[in-house]
Amino acid sequence: MTKFSPTRRGFLAGSAALIIGAHLPVGGKMAAKAASGPISLNAFVRIAEDNTVTVIVKHIEFGQGPFTGFATLVAEELDADWSQMRAEHAPADTATYQNFAFGIQGTGASTAVRNAFTQMRQAGAAARSMLVQAAAREWGLPEDEITVAKGVVSHAASGNSAQFGELVAAAHDSTPPEEPKLKDPADFVLIGKDVPRLDSADKTTGAAQFTLDVYREGMLTVAVAHSPWIGGKVKSVNSAAALAIDGVEKVETIPTGVAVYAKNTYSAFKGRDALEIDWELSEAETRSAEEQMEEVAAAAATGEGVVAETYGDLDAAFAGAAEVIEAEYRLPYLAHAPLEVMDGVIENRGDAAEIWMGSQMQTVDQQVTANILGIAPEQVAINTLMAGGSFGRRAQYDSQFAQELAQVAKAGGQGTFKLVWSRKDDIQGAYYRPQAVHRQRAALDESGRIIGWQNTFATESIMGGSAFEVVIQNGVDPFSVEGSIHKPYDFGAFEARWVRTDSKVPHLWWRSVGHSHTAFANEVFLDEVLQAKGKDPVAGRLELLGDKSPRDRKVLERVAEMANWQGVNGSDGKAYGVALHPSYDAHFAYIAEVSEVAGEPRVSKVWVAADVGIAINPDVVKAQIEGGLGYGLSAALFNEITFAEDGQVAQENFDSYRLLRIHEMPEVEIDLAVSNEKPGGIGEAGTPPIAPAVSNAWRVLKGQPVRRLPLVRA
Amino acid sequence: MTDLTINGKDVTLDVPGDTPLLWALRDDLRLTGTKFGCGIAQCGACTVMVDGMLVRSCVTPVEALDGSDVVTIEALEGPEADAVRKAWVDIDVPQCGYCQSGQIIAAAALLTEIPNPTDEDIDYAMAGNACRCATYVRIRKAIHNAAKMLEA
Amino acid sequence: MNFFKRAAALTVAALLAQFTADGTAAAQEVNGLKTAEAFEGIAPEEARSAAIFGEMAKVITHPRCMNCHPVNSGPLQGDERKPHSPPVPRTEDNFGVVAMRCTTCHGEENRPFLGESGSVPGNGHWQLAPASMGWVGLTVPEICAQLKDPERNGGRTMTEVAHHMGHDSLVGWAWTPGEGRTPAPGTWEAFAELAENWIETGAACPG
Repeated sequence: MTKFSPTRRGFLAGSAALIIGAHLPVGGKMAAKAASGPISLNAFVRIAEDNTVTVIVKHIEFGQGPFTGFATLVAEELDADWSQMRAEHAPADTATYQNFAFGIQGTGASTAVRNAFTQMRQAGAAARSMLVQAAAREWGLPEDEITVAKGVVSHAASGNSAQFGELVAAAHDSTPPEEPKLKDPADFVLIGKDVPRLDSADKTTGAAQFTLDVYREGMLTVAVAHSPWIGGKVKSVNSAAALAIDGVEKVETIPTGVAVYAKNTYSAFKGRDALEIDWELSEAETRSAEEQMEEVAAAAATGEGVVAETYGDLDAAFAGAAEVIEAEYRLPYLAHAPLEVMDGVIENRGDAAEIWMGSQMQTVDQQVTANILGIAPEQVAINTLMAGGSFGRRAQYDSQFAQELAQVAKAGGQGTFKLVWSRKDDIQGAYYRPQAVHRQRAALDESGRIIGWQNTFATESIMGGSAFEVVIQNGVDPFSVEGSIHKPYDFGAFEARWVRTDSKVPHLWWRSVGHSHTAFANEVFLDEVLQAKGKDPVAGRLELLGDKSPRDRKVLERVAEMANWQGVNGSDGKAYGVALHPSYDAHFAYIAEVSEVAGEPRVSKVWVAADVGIAINPDVVKAQIEGGLGYGLSAALFNEITFAEDGQVAQENFDSYRLLRIHEMPEVEIDLAVSNEKPGGIGEAGTPPIAPAVSNAWRVLKGQPVRRLPLVRA
Repeated sequence: MTDLTINGKDVTLDVPGDTPLLWALRDDLRLTGTKFGCGIAQCGACTVMVDGMLVRSCVTPVEALDGSDVVTIEALEGPEADAVRKAWVDIDVPQCGYCQSGQIIAAAALLTEIPNPTDEDIDYAMAGNACRCATYVRIRKAIHNAAKMLEA
Repeated sequence: MNFFKRAAALTVAALLAQFTADGTAAAQEVNGLKTAEAFEGIAPEEARSAAIFGEMAKVITHPRCMNCHPVNSGPLQGDERKPHSPPVPRTEDNFGVVAMRCTTCHGEENRPFLGESGSVPGNGHWQLAPASMGWVGLTVPEICAQLKDPERNGGRTMTEVAHHMGHDSLVGWAWTPGEGRTPAPGTWEAFAELAENWIETGAACPG
């Protein structure tokens, strides 16, 4: 386990008020002033003589758009032309590139824009000021008469003008402003507009560089044989047959399995197949997923645990209820399955190391690598590369993958090693979204109105046992309970109670974290209760929203308008399901149109009304909604990790862990509210509402309650 | 030893015959635009053209390709490929981008055979190319847009 | 059910009982498929023929054969006969769709996966049987009748049907299906001999 521990203040300050006093480190400024190379004006902005402006992005680009978003923020305040903007990943340097929401360098919880919105604007504004100072000096004119627009610095009266590249050398000697002046949002020309993504073109030609594409001189490719049982350890290994394979150079036992070092991927995989390994299973999880689920359900049934949120007089509400409705909901283990498998390249130079990988948590990756190799963290350089998706997988609280990579380097000695997982390594490699069981109780009065709501649920602590344990306050892990608390509805009396369970199966945050199970359990139960009392799902929700949550109310009203809401039953065998679920400071209402095709739910259309606050780039926001919705739909329809009779994970690859394909993707119609609220997170918030929206329609179609995901079970 | 043409160049691959084309392209020739996603022909990230037909390179052994003409994303060209790429960039289809080499090749092949595909044609043709970012809405739209560009 | 069919059914039942009782079955059975020899004692010939087809049906209705003889769907997959993944519809040429031809994944022989268990099945003639020759959902007598109907067997004479069964390498693939798939019962040779005997004895169908 890493020794690193972020401060509670760093983490919580971020979570609560995501933008804290942004500061502008000038890291790299002096070193970067080479004779003719590009020049850094601060740690985030570098300008070259050819006028290109490169934004150094502290968050990893794996599809959610930080390259484009951060370049937009900088360009806005710099008054650059969009065509001159570029972006690249920041090096591992916690002091300079920390995520204010975490207190470390890392990406997650949809915090990218939320933690850096002001910081990036200040970086652009500061660079602009330095260019203007330089122009004023060169031209001998007052700064306040100089303007900047579309990448051109000019002085109208004198007719002087210059491009950024002409001024940058002089600008380097300007004084960075202490408090860069930021634009009035009314004057934005790029923020809120659909500028094209910076990374699209390279992704259509094969030119975009991912970790798997890194090849270094003398590099060996490494495959690790992992235990087929989660938690199994190597007891003994016979590597004779593997070593006999052409290209296999050596075989080493490392803490997570047996590593085969080979001259290429073919030999590494062949060699791995040829290993004979006895596994020690005393610490392994060998029970079925069903047995494990029963354990979670039993925990929920105890009614114990901790109260995550409560208001009103719950006992009185249930004691005085005309009717009490109860139900239980179950959610499975889920793998993230990003399309690029986990991979990394490490160069072990003895007293230093360099890593190339899609690092999502640079600070921790750097720390664990240093610990394993017995060197200082500063001696571990990390080159963050674009990654083929993550959905949470590339950030592990214990830097699981960086640990294995470092162990490969340690056992391999000095040299360069590329560790490549196979898809089976990924699907069977644990770090799953944990199982969850929700018990729901609603107290209703004579009129059928909900007057009490009690949600008791059992699941693992997302942060417990991790470097982020500090976020657990009074026994409540905010990442395990999110979405079951702070509901937009006024239930009169309310309790959300969490029973913490444990498991030998390592777990992890999965796109939308706690919301991935709480949205389903709450919005499906609410829909069932409304239906039981003959209430319309839209009108019934509006009644409960009252004036408590105006932004949620608006998106629900809007989505009903968009879908021309006429109730749950449609023509031609279609049914409509509603869900409302805010998360990450973003507010979402979905209506899903569902029919039955070959015995399975087929979602033909989803209407989405969203209020995400200021959208830096509305088109990127829409893309994230489409993608988050599709990712959540794949899980809701098809995905669960189970364990076969022999205790091994039953799924191996995409033939058994089924992916949503194009014909299963609904048409998505999105309405983004115009908003000047602070930006919400958009990488994850689109995922939670789709499972309940589809489940609610499916219940109508089948006449049976939906109490468990996925809807299509193998 | 397998003699074949890759992206217009004569190549002799001195690798074991059962080496999947995918790894020969990547590890031996450094043509890294062709991606590894599953290794079992389920995801389509490794799609290339062989003798004018789409092929999953992760399950195509080099020994089956003697004398073949292989084209990868790096050398994919022609009016359909151009239109597809332009349509892709116009509406920013890619998110993480990892599957997109395969998507682009498949879409270009679709338009070569069916210049004006219906939604159903697109569903069938593209069903073998999975996208975990679920960019499907835009893939569909971009294919329609590319078809319009080709028509014009 | 006519007299002969009923008789045939009874005889088969009797034979089955007999073979289970004495030890001779072993020599007349290979990999769970009775050889043509096992049916020599059955009379009349039509009953014998029908009994032989009943044995052939163990192969014909096996997933290795049925998966590529669907009726209303695209190909099926695996011993569980799940829909083919990735999904492919049936088309007129029985060879997949644009961008998803059979040869996009299937080669001339089975190809083991690298680094994963299993294989992609393959054969030089890999394709779906035409819809007219679909078997999924049909009973054994219905499949039998279909095989004899030139309208629904690709215009084949019975000799040609026997040749398809005994010599078409795609049929033979069913006994060497590659890692991850159960082979059809018996051997290709034993099945070919059954097919020849079935046709020689009049190609009767079970009732």
